[in-house]
Amino acid sequence: MTHDHQPTAPMARRVAAFERLLEERGALEPGQVDDVEDVFCRRMGARNGARYVARAWVDADFRARLLDDATAVVRAEGYDLRGSTNAELPFLELVAVANTEEVHNLVVCTLCSCYPVPLLGPSPRWYKSFAYRSRAVREPRAVLAEFGVDLGPDVRIRVWDSTADCRYLVVPRRPAGTGGLGEDELAALVGRDALIGAGVVAAPL
Amino acid sequence: MNFSPGQAVRARLHGAPGHTRLPGYVRGRPGIVHALRGDFPFPDEGARYGRAEPQALYSVRFAARDLWGSGDHDVYLDLFESYLNEVSA
Repeated sequence: MTHDHQPTAPMARRVAAFERLLEERGALEPGQVDDVEDVFCRRMGARNGARYVARAWVDADFRARLLDDATAVVRAEGYDLRGSTNAELPFLELVAVANTEEVHNLVVCTLCSCYPVPLLGPSPRWYKSFAYRSRAVREPRAVLAEFGVDLGPDVRIRVWDSTADCRYLVVPRRPAGTGGLGEDELAALVGRDALIGAGVVAAPL
Repeated sequence: MNFSPGQAVRARLHGAPGHTRLPGYVRGRPGIVHALRGDFPFPDEGARYGRAEPQALYSVRFAARDLWGSGDHDVYLDLFESYLNEVSA
């Protein structure tokens, strides 16, 4: 075995060269890779899901529509609720489930890693782990405790296993003491884990 | 066969040979239909033939006790009509 052809160029330069060759040969449109990167890194992400939650907290009519038919809301208002063109993003069949004093919802995909990417961004590594996928449906209370979510014994847990075409978004409970906050300030409080049900939203310090 | 919310069902013991979206842990277990999700391409067929007819998809609630023998939570799965059997009252 020889080592005469070891690559010396840094990965970024090699990828750029490869991309240029693909563009020269017509396999890629100029800018196509940048656009995909923009979709995954900026246009999709948990800030979108957080906007949905914040709107649901301040607008009872929106909350009712979201819990009744989240897919229709996505189609009408875009993933960012600001008219983003859904045609450019993967279509999402969405179900929203709300946490209450009595019920806590947790989302998992036991078969693979189904996840509402446009509203949450790429999924975290733990979501795809065998441990989470197997334990979330079997002992969710223990799993939640490990995430720091300690539920009272009277809180009923519903686990949603994304086995088919529907994706799930958890609408967490609004923290106490946030009555004076506007929609954008509220959205800033909502983290990714809370949108999966693996976390709760804490009041601002 | 069509199922309605509130109806008792049992997940089938055996899926189609090959690809299926019927998880092993619910096979043979009793559940209650929670909601109709709509019609979606049936993945077992899609994997085999490259195309699939739409089929009714249901959200079905299973009690942890019926899945694992213990536990006080509920697990909801989206299951295609072909995965479900009617349970006579």
